[in-house]
Amino acid sequence: MDILRFITAGSVDDGKSTLIGRLLYDSKNILIDQLEQLEKQTKNKETGTIDLALLTDGLRAEREQGITIDVAYRYFSTPKRKFIIADAPGHVQYTRNMITGASNAGLIIVLVDARQGVVEQTRRHSIIASLLKIPHVIVAINKMDLVEYDQEVYNKIVLDYTEVAKQLGLANVTYVPISALLGDNIVDASTNIKWYDGKCLLNYLEEVPVDSDANLTDPRFQVQCIIRPQTELLHDYRGYAGKVISGIYKTGDKVTILPVGIETTITKLEVAGRAVEEIFAPQSATISLDNDIDISRGDSIVLSNNLPKINNEIEVLLCWMDEKNLIPGNKYYIQQNSRLIRAVVKDIAYKLDVNSLQHQPVEGHVKLNEVVKATIKTASPLVYDQYSTIRANGSAILIDETSNSTVAAVLFQ
Amino acid sequence: MSKYQLNYLAQLEAESIHIFREIAAQFEQPALLFSGGKDSITLVHLAVKAFAPGKIPFPLVHIDTGHNFQEALDYRDAMAKNIGANLIIRKVEDTIKAKKLTEPKGKFPSRNWLQTYTLLDTIEEFKFDACIGGARRDEEKARAKERIFSVRDDFGQWNPKLQRPELWNIYNGRINKGENVRVFPISNWTELDIWNYIQQENIQLPSIYFAHEREVILHEGQLVANSPYVSLDESDLVIKKQVRYRTVGDMTCTAAVESTASSLVEVIQEITAAKISERGETRIDDKVTEAAMEDRKKNGYF
Repeated sequence: MDILRFITAGSVDDGKSTLIGRLLYDSKNILIDQLEQLEKQTKNKETGTIDLALLTDGLRAEREQGITIDVAYRYFSTPKRKFIIADAPGHVQYTRNMITGASNAGLIIVLVDARQGVVEQTRRHSIIASLLKIPHVIVAINKMDLVEYDQEVYNKIVLDYTEVAKQLGLANVTYVPISALLGDNIVDASTNIKWYDGKCLLNYLEEVPVDSDANLTDPRFQVQCIIRPQTELLHDYRGYAGKVISGIYKTGDKVTILPVGIETTITKLEVAGRAVEEIFAPQSATISLDNDIDISRGDSIVLSNNLPKINNEIEVLLCWMDEKNLIPGNKYYIQQNSRLIRAVVKDIAYKLDVNSLQHQPVEGHVKLNEVVKATIKTASPLVYDQYSTIRANGSAILIDETSNSTVAAVLFQ
Repeated sequence: MSKYQLNYLAQLEAESIHIFREIAAQFEQPALLFSGGKDSITLVHLAVKAFAPGKIPFPLVHIDTGHNFQEALDYRDAMAKNIGANLIIRKVEDTIKAKKLTEPKGKFPSRNWLQTYTLLDTIEEFKFDACIGGARRDEEKARAKERIFSVRDDFGQWNPKLQRPELWNIYNGRINKGENVRVFPISNWTELDIWNYIQQENIQLPSIYFAHEREVILHEGQLVANSPYVSLDESDLVIKKQVRYRTVGDMTCTAAVESTASSLVEVIQEITAAKISERGETRIDDKVTEAAMEDRKKNGYF
C-alpha cells in the first residue's frame, strides 16, 4: 500500500466539494456521526438528500459565505492506497492556495462543468498544473446528468481540452464523464453512461503509477541538522541528518559537499537510528562521513560524479502570494528546503498570463497571484536543479524579512 | 514493490522525522506537548527516531488538568525516564488558584478549556517558541485546514484566514517576537495509520487502551468513567462494564467504548470495523457546538 497525494481544482460551482464528499461517502470513509452532523446541517430538508459538499466546508466563515477559503486536507483509503486530498478553492483570488495544494500533488483532478465546457478557470488551473509539473491529470467532466449524459457534449470537451493539454505539454491526461451529485462513475461504473467504457474515477486513482514519479537517478541530500550526542559511548559520533531529496546513496559512495566543494566518502548510513547499506528518496536519514569537515545546515551532500547546478544568479518563475506587492530590488530571504539565505529580486523579464500563457510586460509592481519570470541574486551560491528535472530540489520560497510571511513560490528554470 | 519503494507507513514516518528535524534546527526553545494519549506517544517515538542515537533536543511538557487517568500519568513518568527526556509538568489546578479562574460546573466539569490558560503561561514561563503537538488533520474539520507549521500570535490565537502558504516540504518557521509556532508532525496520519504504526513498531501503550473492567455511568449513550470529578445524582446508574478507551483525555470529557479487545490486533480490528469517528465516539466536549474546535483554536487551544 502506498500514498497518492492529489489536488482537486474547479470553478466555484463545478461541484468540487460534492465530488470529494462523494469519494469519501461511496468509498465508505464517512462514519455515522459525521453523517448525522451532515444531515443536521443540510439545508435541503424537503428532498431528503444530504448535501455531500458540507463534508468539506470546514470553517464557520465558509459555511456562512458558502465558499472555501483555504486549502483543506482530506484523507481516505481503500485496500489499495492511502489518499491525501488537497482541497483547493477555485475562485480567482485564491490562486495561491491552489499552488500550495498543487506543490505536493502527484495528480490533479480538473473539474469541468459539462454545461460550461472548458472555461477560463479550467485553463488557469491547467496552467498551474503544468507550471508545477503535476505528473498526472484527470479531467472529470461533471454534471453529466444535467446534459442528459450526452456523449457529444463529452466528446466536445475532450477535444477542447486535448488542445489545452497539447499547448501546455501535459502528458498523462485521462478523461472521465461523471456526476458527483448522483455518483455516476465515481466509485461504481455508471449505468447512465453506457457509451463510456473507461474506468471510474476511483479506479484511476487507485491504479495510476506513483512510483515512477520519484527520481532515483540523481542523488540529492541536504543537511537539516547535525546529530552529536557527545556522550561517553558516542563521543566521536557526528551524523548529518536530512531527507533524501532524490536518488540513492550507498555506503562507500564518493560524495562532494556543496557549495564548499570538498570531497569525502560515506562511512555510515542510518534510517531512524538503524544502520543500513543504502538510503533512497524520500527517506529521512543520517549520513556519517569519512573525515571531519565543517558542514552546516543547508549544505548539500551529492555524488561527486553527478553534480547539481551552483549559481548565485538564477532565472526563476515567481508565483507571488502576498497582499504586499513585490517591489523589484527588494531583499528577501530565500528558503530552499533547509537552506536560508538573503536574496534580491533583480530583473523581471515578463509576466505570465495564467489564462493564456502569453508574456506581458510588467508595469510597476508584481501583485498577489501574478506569475513572473525574474532573475534573483543570492548572497551566496545556491545548490539546485531545474524544477522540471527534480521538483524537490528545484523549488524554494521567498520570505519577507519584516513580516516573516511566505510571499512567493520560486521555481528554478 | 521494488526495493526502492516505501510503504505508506514508512512514507509517513519519513515525513514526520523531517518535520522534527526542521523544528530542532529552526527554533531555539521548542517543546513537545505530551498528553499521555496514543498520538503523543507516537509523536515521542518518532522524535526519538529523528535524533537517534542522540537524545531528543527538547523537553516534554505536560499540562496536567488534574482529571487525568492515573494509568496515563504513570506511563508518562516511566516513558520520560526511559528515554532520558526532561519532563516539565504544569498543573491547571495551580492556574485556577493563581488566576482565580471559575471552574466549569455541571455533571462532567471539563477543564479542557481552562488548560489553554496554563499552556499559554507555560509558553511564557519557558519562552517556548515552538510547541509540538500530536493533532491530526483527519480528526476534525477545523484541523483539516491547519498548516503543519501554524503561527500563533502572542495570545496563542490562530487566524485561519492569514495562514502562510506551505509549499513542497519547505517549512517557514520564522516568527516575530511574541509569536510562537504550533507544529504538528503527524498532520497527515489518520487514526488507523497511528494504530497500524503502533502495531508495526510494537509501541507499548497505557493499559486503558485495552479492554478492562471499569465503573461507568451511562450518559446520553456514552460511557463516562465514574471518578471523583463527576457529580452523580440519583438518576445515575453506575454500572460495571468491559471497556477500553479510543482516545485518552480527561476523565470527565473522554468516553469509553464497550469492548473486549485486549490486544492491539483486536483493537485494530474493532477500529477498522467502527462506524463512528474517534471524536464523535469519545469526545464529550465537541458536541456543544458545531464550531467548537474552530472557536477554541482561535483562542489559543491546541
